[in-house]
Amino acid sequence: MKQVFTDAQVLVPGAQAPQSINVATDGDRICRISEDGPSENQQTIDCKGAILAPGIIDLGVFSIDKPAFHYGGITRAALMPDQSPVLDLPAMIKHNASEGKPDLWSHPLAAATKGLKGAELAEIGLMKQAGARAVATGRSWIADSGIMLKLLHYCHSLDMPVIVHSEDRGLTANAVATAGETATRLGLSSAPATAEALSIARDIALVRESGAHVHFRQVTTAQGLDLIRAAKSEGLPVTCGITPAHLFLSDIAISEFRTFAKLSPPLRSEEDRQSCLKAIEDGTIDVISSGHDPRGPEDKRLPFAEAEFGMAGAETLLALSLNLVRDGLIGLNRLFELLSATPAKILGVEAGQITEGYEADLIVIDPEAPWQIDTRKMAASAGNTPFDKLPVQGRVHAIYKGGKAL
Amino acid sequence: MTIDQTGSPPTAGHQFPVGSDAFPHRHLLGIAGLQPWEILFLLKEAEQWVDLNRQSSKHVDRLDGLTVINAFFENSTRTLLSFEIAGKRMGADVVNMHAAQSSVKKGETLIDTAVTLNAMRADAIVIRHASSGAVRLIADKVDCPVLNAGDGSHEHPTQALLDALTIQRRKGDISGLTVTICGDVMHSRVARSNIYCLTTLGAKVRVCAPTSLLPASLDRMNVEAFSNFEQALDGADVVMMLRLQNERMNGDFIPSPREFHHLYGLTRERLALAKPDALVMHPGPMNRGVEISSDVADDLERSAITEQVEMGVAVRMACLDVLTRRSRGVEGWS
Repeated sequence: MKQVFTDAQVLVPGAQAPQSINVATDGDRICRISEDGPSENQQTIDCKGAILAPGIIDLGVFSIDKPAFHYGGITRAALMPDQSPVLDLPAMIKHNASEGKPDLWSHPLAAATKGLKGAELAEIGLMKQAGARAVATGRSWIADSGIMLKLLHYCHSLDMPVIVHSEDRGLTANAVATAGETATRLGLSSAPATAEALSIARDIALVRESGAHVHFRQVTTAQGLDLIRAAKSEGLPVTCGITPAHLFLSDIAISEFRTFAKLSPPLRSEEDRQSCLKAIEDGTIDVISSGHDPRGPEDKRLPFAEAEFGMAGAETLLALSLNLVRDGLIGLNRLFELLSATPAKILGVEAGQITEGYEADLIVIDPEAPWQIDTRKMAASAGNTPFDKLPVQGRVHAIYKGGKAL
Repeated sequence: MTIDQTGSPPTAGHQFPVGSDAFPHRHLLGIAGLQPWEILFLLKEAEQWVDLNRQSSKHVDRLDGLTVINAFFENSTRTLLSFEIAGKRMGADVVNMHAAQSSVKKGETLIDTAVTLNAMRADAIVIRHASSGAVRLIADKVDCPVLNAGDGSHEHPTQALLDALTIQRRKGDISGLTVTICGDVMHSRVARSNIYCLTTLGAKVRVCAPTSLLPASLDRMNVEAFSNFEQALDGADVVMMLRLQNERMNGDFIPSPREFHHLYGLTRERLALAKPDALVMHPGPMNRGVEISSDVADDLERSAITEQVEMGVAVRMACLDVLTRRSRGVEGWS
């Protein structure tokens, strides 16, 4: 099927601002970006002046939750290996890669070690052949530096990036919050923010040794971001990400033992939060993802220490991230580099940007449309968002996966 | 009548608001957030029960016909006994629910348990739980007043109130006193509630422990932190020792109980650094020879440890009385 999207403000790579231009698709690919109007055999889709953006690629979700992803404009999601069973065998990768098709592409991340136990390397090469595009340590941290170095060497030889969770477990063992005033007042077991920097510092040293590409999935502290900044200026192949929760909430959000704000890594101090916003502005942070981890009341309506970590973030990812544009930190084009283009590059897929020959994963958005986040009305399989009742702006009006309207 | 709402601590002759304005809270989940006059109101109410408890006949029928459930999800001897005696002396039907007998062991969630307790139409529920915040979770789900008898490392409000009552009776006004709290501050709900209570009432609070047992950001709680016990004791009016839990001591937070006693144990020699009339307190149970030496603990002139236990019953009677006034239809408490 041939289509042309007209009267759209298109987010074209490299441009400073959205362009008034038409986008033609042929089958599942973008075939032409030009000022040409529709020809006879093309179906016209009138965007009525709205923004046409690449579909969001959510790097590191814990559950394939199609309704939530479609609501949030997510066309591809990289699934964390922390599943039951763990994604540490080629068959698991194959099965999960087909889970969302055809209207959502899931990219299962291969577990770095068997059972994610941090002891023995998993069959990464075979999982790559089965469709894995990156390797991940899941929610855990590989404590053994020897294993970590072997993993990085091995992944480098396979040209696979390694997505890591950065918290030194020696410090965070039983912690449920970041050390600070809130945890002290609430009597919650906490770990210093240094746990993140320690972990990042070690892995950067091992990147220097191995040459492997490491993506730090969520960097949330000033110290951690300084290390990433320095590594990038040294030319090391490192990238990092963050979630809107860590950009817009500090540890005060866990006051009154609000388990919906219990995240891993935990919400940080206001000073760290401000450092994260600066890192978005100066380009240190490469990816914004939702960390989508829907949890029902049986996991969350518990005493804080016993509740599970995680939030449902897919539906609110775009609307919350648009605050960065409204606050003047970045432009709309840069935002979609963070949400779509860079995650696609890390996964090595021809998607995530409106470029001829790329997958026609497109979303039509109104960045100004107001709505209110409401846990009771969420499309996700659970409504555990710490942003309940927050008024936000920005909605997805239409979503196209491989050129097909969903 | 005017109430000083400026935050400055009220004096002993302070006038309290009338009726429920004196204590407008439905539950007693913690000391944090209570106004100075609310704390002093509870202490004043407790005073009358101290007198009653010293009489040969200790029974009143104020809570006659009411059911008080002591739901203890964590082991306790003295707090459970104290609440049980308090309820029974006031005529309530007191039921004790121990964790070992509870459905929580069978996988029932805490909220299910709360809903069950609520359906049994308790008039007050006293809860102890090993997790910080668990008591609040239950309080949100029940219709009757909930009293926190200790939740994790968070708060133990009646302990702080009984400590304040003990200090007030021995020293008069709490405002202006220097109180040194020493021991496992990091894991202590007693320490947190006492910090809130004593600083709200205008005391100068010092906390002392090796840094491995001091939580971060204590300075934001209006206290002065010390790791040198001698310095923390200098000129103190009250020395409050905290229990060191043996299971946390091996290799984790401190090298050994022996070393802890050497550096932080309250001995007669160390106590001499505090004021000559300094009061020694301990929430119990004590590790004799670890955080406190026996000769200090047993010194009737200096140690208020048994008096704390006595005040505990009076404070819990006052709290049960005040929190059930609405349901009992006491005039001014609707």
